[in-house]
Amino acid sequence: MTVDAHLESRIADWRGYVADHRVIAPADIDEMEDHLREQISDLMSVGLTDGEAFLVAVGRMGGVDELSREFAQEHSDRLWKQLVLSRTDRGENSGRTGELAVVLGLALGAGLAVRAGFEWLSESALLRNAAVLILPFLATYFAWKRTMPARTIAALAVPFILAAVVLNVFPFEPGGATEIVAAIHAPVVLWFAVGFAYTGGDRRSHRRRMDFVRFTGEWAVYLALLALGGGVLTGLTAGAFDALGIDLEPFLEQWIIPFGPAGAVIVAAWLVEAKQQVVENIAPVLTRVFTPITILMLVALFVAVVASHSVVDVDRGLLILMDLILVLVLGLLLYSISARDPYAPPNVFDLLQIVLIVAALAVDVLMLAAMAGRIAEFGFTANKVTALGLNLVLMVDLLWAAKLGISFQRGRSGFAAVERWQTRYLPVYAVWAMFAVVAIPPLFRFV
Amino acid sequence: MFIEKDLVAAAATPLVLGILAEGESYGYAIIKRVNELSRGEMQWTDGMLYPLLHRLERAGHVSATWRTGDNGRRRKHYAITDAGRAVLAERAAQWSVVADALQQVWRSAQLPPAAAPGWV
Repeated sequence: MTVDAHLESRIADWRGYVADHRVIAPADIDEMEDHLREQISDLMSVGLTDGEAFLVAVGRMGGVDELSREFAQEHSDRLWKQLVLSRTDRGENSGRTGELAVVLGLALGAGLAVRAGFEWLSESALLRNAAVLILPFLATYFAWKRTMPARTIAALAVPFILAAVVLNVFPFEPGGATEIVAAIHAPVVLWFAVGFAYTGGDRRSHRRRMDFVRFTGEWAVYLALLALGGGVLTGLTAGAFDALGIDLEPFLEQWIIPFGPAGAVIVAAWLVEAKQQVVENIAPVLTRVFTPITILMLVALFVAVVASHSVVDVDRGLLILMDLILVLVLGLLLYSISARDPYAPPNVFDLLQIVLIVAALAVDVLMLAAMAGRIAEFGFTANKVTALGLNLVLMVDLLWAAKLGISFQRGRSGFAAVERWQTRYLPVYAVWAMFAVVAIPPLFRFV
Repeated sequence: MFIEKDLVAAAATPLVLGILAEGESYGYAIIKRVNELSRGEMQWTDGMLYPLLHRLERAGHVSATWRTGDNGRRRKHYAITDAGRAVLAERAAQWSVVADALQQVWRSAQLPPAAAPGWV
């Protein structure tokens, strides 16, 4: 073996060893390998043999375990891909033992809870309590998965208990607006509680918050896929039984409808945790497809509203619709921020995203101006207050996001500022949703 | 002389930004420059430079580009950004306050000469 070949094989060994620590990406290893080679050639030029030079250079590079810890801290997004968060910082990919059994048990538990709800609760109470029935099981999964200490688990139980009490003690007028407002916002509040469990109680960490945003996006994708598949399968089965003259409807109503969605919520979360790489490649594609389409939709909406001169007649339905559109835009924005490589320089897509935000804000301002007139004329209702409040919360977020996006585009700040703003703003949504559940019903006398 | 790890770590960011303010550079050259500037006294685990550079890159204080050198190997070059310069100016101001305070107290305290090398 020539000296060069010997050295090459040792460098290749080193590379392989570093690559085992999966938080260090191939590009980073390239960078360090270049460093190593230059160090070696400098050392050899002052008289060391290739073997000596290699050892000294590797020694100066530092222990790989220590290095990978340092890399892991900087690149928690990569760490997340490796699913090693609460375990070791070696690249082992094995879940906790018996994970599948726990997941299936929790899915079954959630299904049973909903089934019990079907049995004992009125329809409106069931809808109100859906999140209270299902999400504790999801939170339990994360509490188990992250091996949370008992005290944190106790803290985790508090929001669920409070939500259950508030939703069932408040004397809601059946079918009233405040009941619907509370029913819509309770899952949001509890989703943040799930987020607390997801981060393993480390709610202050911005990285972990961003991980949770990413998780939420992936979870929604998996849930949609499961719903689609489940729907097709159920439809086919029902159709086949129907052709055989057997009525499957009672069985579907009693067992599939309570168990299917509840189980899917848990299984989707497990899929995100376990099969991360599968959706990971889809996420950026999805956002890239839907951002331009959403922009077109917003522009069309803007033109339609202006052209039809019907601004004066917009009703509260439209305001709620506007909120939904803003939520969609925000979701798209958050999802693409979380899926984006934070090191990539600004590109056309980032520009497109700013266009999206600005378009959404333009339509929103139009609607708000119209609504202001309506409210001045007819006064406040629970629906209007909720819709307006949410609108305000969303607008502040999007306005600032647009500003930061532009300064990133111009190279004045890093992508970190864009990311950070969103993770910092997340608690505002939690507080708002809490307000909608706890304060709005009493304010409007539960009507 | 052994310089305490925390002190080296605290100095790392302004030092790297300062070196990049002298002109675009890459990992190994930055380490060499650190050795040159500190006359080899600031010992640094070479690998630790890279997470630091990536942190600065994410924060937008430096920008990075991959270039292929004459030998055909790819190398990542770092350059300071305007935001990085602003941070550097801020850090420089902070460090001169610290250095100035230390100078003054040492002048008035009159350290015994033997104590100086062991002081970390």
